[in-house]
Amino acid sequence: MKTKARNLEEPAVASMEVLGLKLEEIPRWNCCGAVYSLADDDLIHQVAPVRNLIRVKEQGKDKLATLCAFCFNTLKRANLLMRENAEKRDTINNFMDEEINYSGEVKVVHILEVLRDEIGWEALTQKVKLPLRELKVAPYYGCTLLRPREVAIDSVENPTILREFLKALGASPVDFPESTRCCGSYQIISNPDDISEYARNILNSALKHGAEALVLTCPLCDYNLGQGQKELAKKHNGFKGMPLFYFTQLLALALGLDPQVCHFELNYGSPESLLREKNLLS
Amino acid sequence: MSVTISPKRLRSEFVRKVKELSGQNLQSCYQCGMCSGNCPAASNMDLSPRQIIELARLGFEEEIVNSKTVWICASCLACTVNCPRGFDLSKVMEAIRLLTLRENVDHIRPEDISPQERCELPQIAMVSGLRKFTG
Repeated sequence: MKTKARNLEEPAVASMEVLGLKLEEIPRWNCCGAVYSLADDDLIHQVAPVRNLIRVKEQGKDKLATLCAFCFNTLKRANLLMRENAEKRDTINNFMDEEINYSGEVKVVHILEVLRDEIGWEALTQKVKLPLRELKVAPYYGCTLLRPREVAIDSVENPTILREFLKALGASPVDFPESTRCCGSYQIISNPDDISEYARNILNSALKHGAEALVLTCPLCDYNLGQGQKELAKKHNGFKGMPLFYFTQLLALALGLDPQVCHFELNYGSPESLLREKNLLS
Repeated sequence: MSVTISPKRLRSEFVRKVKELSGQNLQSCYQCGMCSGNCPAASNMDLSPRQIIELARLGFEEEIVNSKTVWICASCLACTVNCPRGFDLSKVMEAIRLLTLRENVDHIRPEDISPQERCELPQIAMVSGLRKFTG
């Protein structure tokens, strides 16, 4: 986020301030481990996410808002484990005897939930200074905001939160069937050819349904769907690809913030030319 | 393919460990195939997700360990949320991966990832990939 997804974080921090919410970074945060540990006997990998939750509790805060979809999933699942499984909670607390006891008191939310539940779409629309008119954007949810069911921020089968978000900004959301299909995730480091095929299917489907761009929330989706687009265009006749936006970039743009905070230069697929075409960027 | 199902296989250490690590009741699956139908990677797998459950509960360790399926699974949980039995196949996939990784047999070597790729990949790709593919 601080190095490779500055175009996700910086517009988020700036936008939330305009919306009257100041985000405070957790002191001494550590990497959550990126993936939730799925093995029943593997408690050691729960320690990293739980430590972050303890940092929040120590600050006297009761809510942790995350920007990265991977962190959201790992932290929320680890939090549920600490809340619901007394035996494992005790083991983890005993293991971290230098820390205060933790039993899932913090609420883990994604920034999209903050926008929907605490600010509200109507209030957000009222703050919009540059409606993203005529921008046809397909919402891409990926996996970790919606699965498993117990951490989903919206309907698992038919999510609408990104669609509502885009509507609030004045954009035209484009539904497409692959919006919750996995981009291949960490398989990028062992099966890059498969990732390239997943990306082609997802992007072609969005295009076929009329999208000019994709909006997403996760740095790994962004990489998997973005970095191979040039290669795909060389390999497959007629493959066009499309610009990818982090949701926070569209938010900052619509709120009338200085586009420099969006760092469009870090995006895949030339988003700036599309925005200029739509008179959304000078 | 003809297979012999034996009490020895059914009660093998492999079946016991898969159950223990995954916390899943392998017998609860009724082989409807919703997992395979919803898996975005199924067409690249040699054993389908549905077959993994069937072979795991029957104790076909060699077939499973020699299959590339669990290494193609991206833990996207499309199988999990679509299972009408509430069976969490992602945990079975993880258990099978771990049975190999815990023998100190890594699926990838970090040094095989080129320095250029290491610079370009988002950190969550490296962290999650190494978590899933190395012991």
